[in-house]
Amino acid sequence: MTALLQVLFDALSLGSLYALGALGIALIFGVMRLVNFAHGDYIAFCVFAMLWPSIDAAAIVFAGNLPTVILVPFILAVGAGLSVLSEIVVFRRFRNANPATMMIASFALGFVIKYFLLMLYSSRPKSIDLWSSLTRQIEIAGARIPPLQAITIGVTIVILVTLTVFLKRTRFGLEMRAAAENFTMARMLGVRANRVIMLAFAVSGMLAAAVGLILVTQTGTVDINMGANLMLVAFVATVIGGLGSLPGAVLAGYLIGAATVIMQVVLPPDARPFRDAFVYGAVIVMLIWRPNGLFASKAAKQRV
Amino acid sequence: MAQSLSASDVSVSFEGLRALSNVTLDVPRGKVTGLIGPNGAGKTTLVNVLTGFQKPTGGTVSLDGESIVGVPPYKVRQKGIARTFQSGRLFADLSVLDNLEVTGVGLGLSRHEAAKKADRMLEWIGIPHLAERAAGGLPYTDERRVAIGRALMLEPKYLLLDEPAAGMSAEEANDLAQLIRRIIAEVRCGLLLIEHNIGLVLTICDHIHVLDSGEVIEVGPPALIKASERVRHAYMGTQAETEGAVL
Repeated sequence: MTALLQVLFDALSLGSLYALGALGIALIFGVMRLVNFAHGDYIAFCVFAMLWPSIDAAAIVFAGNLPTVILVPFILAVGAGLSVLSEIVVFRRFRNANPATMMIASFALGFVIKYFLLMLYSSRPKSIDLWSSLTRQIEIAGARIPPLQAITIGVTIVILVTLTVFLKRTRFGLEMRAAAENFTMARMLGVRANRVIMLAFAVSGMLAAAVGLILVTQTGTVDINMGANLMLVAFVATVIGGLGSLPGAVLAGYLIGAATVIMQVVLPPDARPFRDAFVYGAVIVMLIWRPNGLFASKAAKQRV
Repeated sequence: MAQSLSASDVSVSFEGLRALSNVTLDVPRGKVTGLIGPNGAGKTTLVNVLTGFQKPTGGTVSLDGESIVGVPPYKVRQKGIARTFQSGRLFADLSVLDNLEVTGVGLGLSRHEAAKKADRMLEWIGIPHLAERAAGGLPYTDERRVAIGRALMLEPKYLLLDEPAAGMSAEEANDLAQLIRRIIAEVRCGLLLIEHNIGLVLTICDHIHVLDSGEVIEVGPPALIKASERVRHAYMGTQAETEGAVL
């Protein structure tokens, strides 16, 4: 029972991280048909925003010393700002380009952000002590749970509920859902294109910032490549969920998180280093079973 | 000034291939104008020209006397021209109510005002029971009705319906005819009906244009179109084939 509880917490916590990442990518894909491969670099940028620019090995903390109530909105604003700026400077020019061109542009933007950080901070990972007390394990019903895990799960639920209410109940949310499904038609019906796209980028950037805060608290390390692995998993999650489906992206994020944790437990010790191969093998099987993902949108079905 | 949506000497070519040749058409307010013709005659191309989706290679399009050539579709919509498409093009993942609400918020209404207006519209077109259904799962007939409702949310001066009765039974087409009559009587917009259901067109249109191979081959009231030998030949093929046909 205790082991099961441990696996459940681990799966939910890792899945939450993947779900938030996948949601950030799915939102942009929805409104622009763009897979934004710079999303992982947004995550790193937001975390580096807590440090003074310096190539010294030791991190010089700047915003990271702010009280939590100021730090969190600040980092969220950095994420939103960077994301919106990249839309205005880069992606707006590619709106009518084909998806492959936009994807290449996102790779290029990712490299620009990465090398900008490398120039200011060097490539050496730096240690940072952010809310370290949250990673000290406490015992709940026999399972050893760091409070950060519970907070990650809780924060993700709050974010998902807030986003759902935003998308379902507000005018901007309705416009965003319509634009995500058929941008040309939404625009024809009076939905303001620039506003909807910028809003989607802002929300996506905030999600990247939230992921960055969770990651840096978990690892205590700041690294220019810290978003890369998560970006890959999140992208896979958006594909499994059904490109363009927000609930699908979230569910697939949790499924990959669960699969990863379960594989870690059930695989024989000698096979554990190959855990990701098993996880992605399962992904391939799933895509053979459902090539359009778990939640292929009705709109996507219509287009086929 | 004439209150009408007009195309004058409109031509469209696609890489040398003529889709429309010097087509002239007038859609007056408060009337139902029919546009018929065999497949590939250029009907949808003409609708695309009238709504800004296709720029003509020659001729002019004017709305109540003002040229709208080169105006993008969303601005044409703002000027008061709404249309439906052959494929419903509803937001399949959104509910029926949301589909209509989007149009309301696009007009600048608050979400609450848009919802109220959408509710009233669903009531008006006779499908309030479908409000919460996902638009993607609707039967064909209901999908067409929702598309018309969404277009009417725009309070158009001119409404262009592209094959709204396609796939409908006779009874369903009759219901559609009643809805079109109500639109003319209560909304008082100009309505262009593009249809293959000749029976429906002859029943409810005040004036009909017949297109064939990109050219207008006949214009007139239903009685004239019904009697036209030229239309029979163009639309139905040989005389022998028209025996017992709808015309």
